[in-house]
Amino acid sequence: MIWIIFAFGFWAAAWTLNVRLAASSVVKTPAGRLAVPAIFGITLLVVWEGVVRGLAVPGVILPPPTAIAVRIAAELPTLWVDFVQTFVKGALTGYVIGCGAAVLVAVAIDRSAFLQRGLLPVGNFVAALPIVGIAPILVMWFGFDWHSKAAVVVVMVFFPVLVNTVAGLAASEVMQRDLMATYSASYWQTLFKLRLPAAMPFIFNGLKIATTLALIGAIVAEFFGSPIRGMGFRISTEVGRLGLDMVWAEITVAALAGSAFYGLVALIERGVTFWHPSQRPR
Amino acid sequence: MKALLPILTVLSVIVALWYAAAVWMNAQWERDQAARAGTEVTFAQLLPLTMSQDRPVLPAPHQVAVGLWDGLAGQAITSKRSLVYHAWVTLSATLLGFAIGTTAGILLAVGIVHNRAMDLSVMPWAIASQTIPILAIAPMIIVVLNSVGVSGLLPKAVISAYLSFFPVVVGMVKGLRSPDAMQLDLLQTYHASRAATFWKLRLPTSMPYLFTSLKVGIAAALVGAIVGELPTGAVAGLGARLLSGSYYGQTVQIWAALFVAAFAAAALVAVIGAVQQVTLRRMGMAR
Repeated sequence: MIWIIFAFGFWAAAWTLNVRLAASSVVKTPAGRLAVPAIFGITLLVVWEGVVRGLAVPGVILPPPTAIAVRIAAELPTLWVDFVQTFVKGALTGYVIGCGAAVLVAVAIDRSAFLQRGLLPVGNFVAALPIVGIAPILVMWFGFDWHSKAAVVVVMVFFPVLVNTVAGLAASEVMQRDLMATYSASYWQTLFKLRLPAAMPFIFNGLKIATTLALIGAIVAEFFGSPIRGMGFRISTEVGRLGLDMVWAEITVAALAGSAFYGLVALIERGVTFWHPSQRPR
Repeated sequence: MKALLPILTVLSVIVALWYAAAVWMNAQWERDQAARAGTEVTFAQLLPLTMSQDRPVLPAPHQVAVGLWDGLAGQAITSKRSLVYHAWVTLSATLLGFAIGTTAGILLAVGIVHNRAMDLSVMPWAIASQTIPILAIAPMIIVVLNSVGVSGLLPKAVISAYLSFFPVVVGMVKGLRSPDAMQLDLLQTYHASRAATFWKLRLPTSMPYLFTSLKVGIAAALVGAIVGELPTGAVAGLGARLLSGSYYGQTVQIWAALFVAAFAAAALVAVIGAVQQVTLRRMGMAR
């Protein structure tokens, strides 16, 4: 009981603090902008811990955050092996191949209006489909190891990046292209000096969507069969053994990896498209 | 017609490539069979054989079409071999989850727009959560809800709800904030209450954003329902068809289930698109 009272007391105090902070001038500073969500996140963890302990929720239903943290610390080598298998080998390889292929195909079909009119509706259609479904087929073709996971990721990231890149290549204005023509620039010069840079905001939009898809694809593909390592494998087997603290540990790693991956791509975007209005400091 | 021709060309090229790939990938098995029987097969003999295997590596398009037709129309709808039955199992979870997730998402978005403290504390997490592979927790939700006695439709719906929730929150917050300062000022000069501002200005202007995120949300909800069917051990639903097909090497079954899932996704997105068009036209916002 004392735990529940403590949890709700903490929640009330933190929320009052956040309301105060939000009303004050502190939130105008960068530190204040970081503090409010951080306090909210910590509150969630404390309430979680308090409620789980207070109601004596069994660990096979919902382990408290401290138990998960202990598990992460204890299982670091396993988590690292799983991370390398799923993220570095599966997701990252597939991401690079898939995005690279998508950009190349986009540049290729950009030269033909006929192909564009034919491929874009198909690409848009495929981008909305539940592509994870091909995971069992690709696992059958490429075996249980990371190659099949990379293949799933390639297919998943291909279409969003393709559609965005084609849209981006059309983004440069007629005036700008005319200017290149008056310089007597060749097709490739126009492509590299004007159209690809102009397309970068769109391409990065696709690349950012693809980061999440890549991780999802790699993890879900492992549900259909994998060697005895990998995040998806660990999640599905530990769920079967009711080792929920290990499952949460893997989810924590997946969440951190996903956020870091997205953040990295967003950082590169900021470097590449520094000229774009959305990147100006506000 | 002018728009259709390129699409049809691309589609026929895809089908042709598919046939070629089917011959190429299935040929090995036929050659092995022939070698075991001590005979030689010519390419002309090989060609029809590769397209009529029971468990091909890659089924030819017409085999998938036959499997699809058999599953959709060849069985009684209540039969466990009917794809209509399995599609309905998946769709009901998708729709229930989508309804829950969308309602919760819109409510949270309204809260975020009207409460500054909530905006500052929840919004960064809502955005960050979109970079997280949420689908990874699907098996855990299923098993945990199962162990507390909840099984069947609801656990899958929870996953669908969770997946459609965040796109709706983020899109709806953007939409509710989209009226520009002039319009908000005008309502202030009318001395409109916050509720009146919400119903007469914020909600109507948010509609295009809402529909865009609904389309993302329902596609995500369908994926969630399919993945939610995996860990329960292939009982019913399109995900179960995928899993049992991959267990028993029934490739035609996998492809048929995959196509049904694709059609379902396309149909759901199309329905929302149609509702969007009608709504926006009646509200005078159609482009």
